Order: sequence, then C-alpha cells, then structure tokens
Amino acid sequence: MTEQTKNQRFKEMVLPHLHAAYNLARWLTRNDQDAEDVTQEATLRAFKFFDSFRGEQGRAWLLGIVRNTCYTKFQKNRGQELNTPFDDESHSLESQNPDMPHGNPESILSRHEDFKQLNGALERLPVEFREAVVLKDLEDLSYKEIADVTAVPLGTVMSRLARGRKLLRVYLAQTEQGNGDGM
Amino acid sequence: MAMECKDTLELLPAHVDRELGLPEVMEIERHLQTCPRCQAEYAEQLALRAAIGRDVTYFNVPSHLESRIQAALPSPPLRAPLPAKRTWNWLAMGTTLVSIIAVAWSVSLYMILPSADDRFADEVISSHVRSLLTGHGVDVASSDRHTVKPWFNGKLDFSPPVYDLTTEGFPLVGGRLDYIDHRPVAALVYRHRQHVIDLFVAPITGDRKDIPPQSLSRQGYHIVRWAHGGMVFWAVSDVEPAQLGKFREVLLVYLSGG
Repeated sequence: MTEQTKNQRFKEMVLPHLHAAYNLARWLTRNDQDAEDVTQEATLRAFKFFDSFRGEQGRAWLLGIVRNTCYTKFQKNRGQELNTPFDDESHSLESQNPDMPHGNPESILSRHEDFKQLNGALERLPVEFREAVVLKDLEDLSYKEIADVTAVPLGTVMSRLARGRKLLRVYLAQTEQGNGDGM
Repeated sequence: MAMECKDTLELLPAHVDRELGLPEVMEIERHLQTCPRCQAEYAEQLALRAAIGRDVTYFNVPSHLESRIQAALPSPPLRAPLPAKRTWNWLAMGTTLVSIIAVAWSVSLYMILPSADDRFADEVISSHVRSLLTGHGVDVASSDRHTVKPWFNGKLDFSPPVYDLTTEGFPLVGGRLDYIDHRPVAALVYRHRQHVIDLFVAPITGDRKDIPPQSLSRQGYHIVRWAHGGMVFWAVSDVEPAQLGKFREVLLVYLSGG
C-alpha cells in the first residue's frame, strides 16, 4: 500500500479512537502528562505497525498497543508505579461527600445517587482490575476483545471484572464508613 | 434442575455484561425470581455498572495532543478535530460531519445499502439527531409496552410491535410519532448505556416481501435495517455497530416469539 493510502486508512480506521486511547492511558497512568506521552507514543507505534493490522476492530487494536506501551514504559522507568497506592491529596478527582449517611455497606449502592467517590475508588484499584473495568464499563468492549487487548484468557477477564467490581464496592463502603465515623 | 445460588452468583457479572447465551440467561432469570438474595446482589451489580457509566470520568483526548499526533505522522493529513465523545459539541459536529468518516466494519452478514434507500437513511439519521438536539425524544414516556403500544392507536394506520428489552440491556424509554419518506411512522426509543437508539417502524410498501438485513454508517451514526412480519425496521444510533446488531438480534427473538 502506498504511503498515501496507508495514511488515509490509518486516519479512517485508527484515529477516530484517539479518545479511547487517551482515556485508557489516563486511567492506567493516572496523570495527564504520562497519559499524553503514552498516547502519542502508542499512536505512532500503531502507525508503524499498521501494515500488520488485519481490519479487525480498530479500537481494540489501538487499545492493545496503548496498554503495551504503558506497561513497557513503566516497567522500564519506574517499576511498579502503575500499581502504587494512589495519593489522595495530589489529585482533585476524588470528592468526598461528608453529608452521606452511613449504614450497612452492602446496600450503599442502591441507596445513593452520588457516586463522585467512584473516580477515587477506580484509581485505587490494582492495575489489572482497573484496566478490565475501564475496558468494559467505559469502552464497552466485549469479553473477547478485552481478552485480546490484555492478552489473558476469557476466564481471567471474567474473574478480574468480578473481583475488580467487588473491590470497588469495598472501597466505596470504606469511604462511606470513613465519612460516617468522622462526622 | 434448578440453578443454585453459587452458580448464579458466579455467572452474575457476565449476566450483567450480557455475555451469556440465552439458555444460561433464562436459567438465571428463573433463579432470580425465586431468590431475593441473588436478586439483591444482581441489583447492586446493575447499580454499580450504571454508576460507573454515569459518574466515572471519561477522559477525552486534549486537542493540543491530537494536533501534535497529527503533526508527528508522516505527511500529516488535513482533518478537523474529533468531536468530544461524551459531551457532544453539536455546533462543532455540524461542521465536522462531512469529514468524519465512519469506521468501516466487517459484519459479513450485512451488505451495503443500495442508493435508493439513501434518502430514507438520511431522513432517519436527521430525525434521530433532531430528537437528540431538541430533547424531544418521546411523546409518550414509558418503559411499559402496554402504555406505549396503545398510544399509537388512532395516530397511525398500523400498530407497531412494542417490547421492553430492559433485561437484555436495552430499556424502552418511550415512543413518538415521526414523519419519514412522506408518511407517518412510529419511532420507538430505547437506551443502551449513555446512548439512545431510535427504532423506526413502518409497514412494508409495494410488493417487497423479503428485505435482507442491511446496514450502513455515516456521520458517526450506524443504521441497521431489516424486515419482519410485514414491517420494516430501521434502528439508528451512535452505539458500536456490534451493539446495534445485538439489539436487532434481541428484538428479533421477541418479534418471533410474540
């Protein structure tokens, strides 16, 4: 394929998914600068390897490259950083609501409309659960696509999603209780 | 052999994500109806998923980064910026509609729409976008098919089939009257996560009996058209083509059963 055609096809099939690429990178790295670096590097890599793209879902393909870029970058530079506990004070996403009544954590989800603490809870998730939840609940990929993107078997996708969401509920319940006790 | 709690709880997340086959879904639904504890757990999981969809931040790519990436590609193509994914900027969208090239998808089942239907497709998309723009999505707002279906009585010379697909992940929101291809049609409104799916229904005109499923994408919207039981159906939305295909399959199960 000529350079012009390649450019054109890349533009049509991959670039529309830049939002998804950035969103995944942002949730994996948990900060803007790293997310930008990863997104740019991954997109350029995708262009380089575009000849090996076989016309499957462009979004899942690009997200797989974003994920790999992310992991490579962080393994090389800063070890386990993707998984370090998140510092609550350094980010503005997590807004805790002191007015929330406390109660049985089991039923918190069904009672409250305000889930602003969800961002914070998702950021605290171990990275393998976090990426599964982001790919499913924000990107709406199928289990099969998530398995491809994260390079694990389907059963692992299922159990990571189940455990990730369970942990989210535990974190939410902790926030809830913390607020309740503190007030 | 009834399904036990243990099996049900194990499969619930996949059920919430609509990844199970019909037999498993039916088993689970049967168990849920008799087991309040599993039912409560199911509700919690649905609530969490809805909350994530609603409240977790979706990070759109910053425009300066998009420009930087465009510039870094060899012989950078000229194109307008992407429309934001969640916060629709309709004004910007209007100007970029022409330049957005819908992602090609390879559902081999479908064929490319013949050009004769192009005008109809345009009208369907226009109606869909107009209803989103004006916020006039429904004339009758209800998830109860027994409210929505009778509402069309006396307004149309046919009675559209109406089903609530909440359990399949496509809750019915309501219906409205619309005017497409010089005739009044029924528009049924469904939801899938943050997306709205409009389903236009009208009787087949002329002697065309069997219309194979066809689909197309344009301006970032996807359309699937098919015929069933003397009616022609147009589903239009900005959901992924695969989800729209799923919507059609789910609906077909109901259409065939009822």
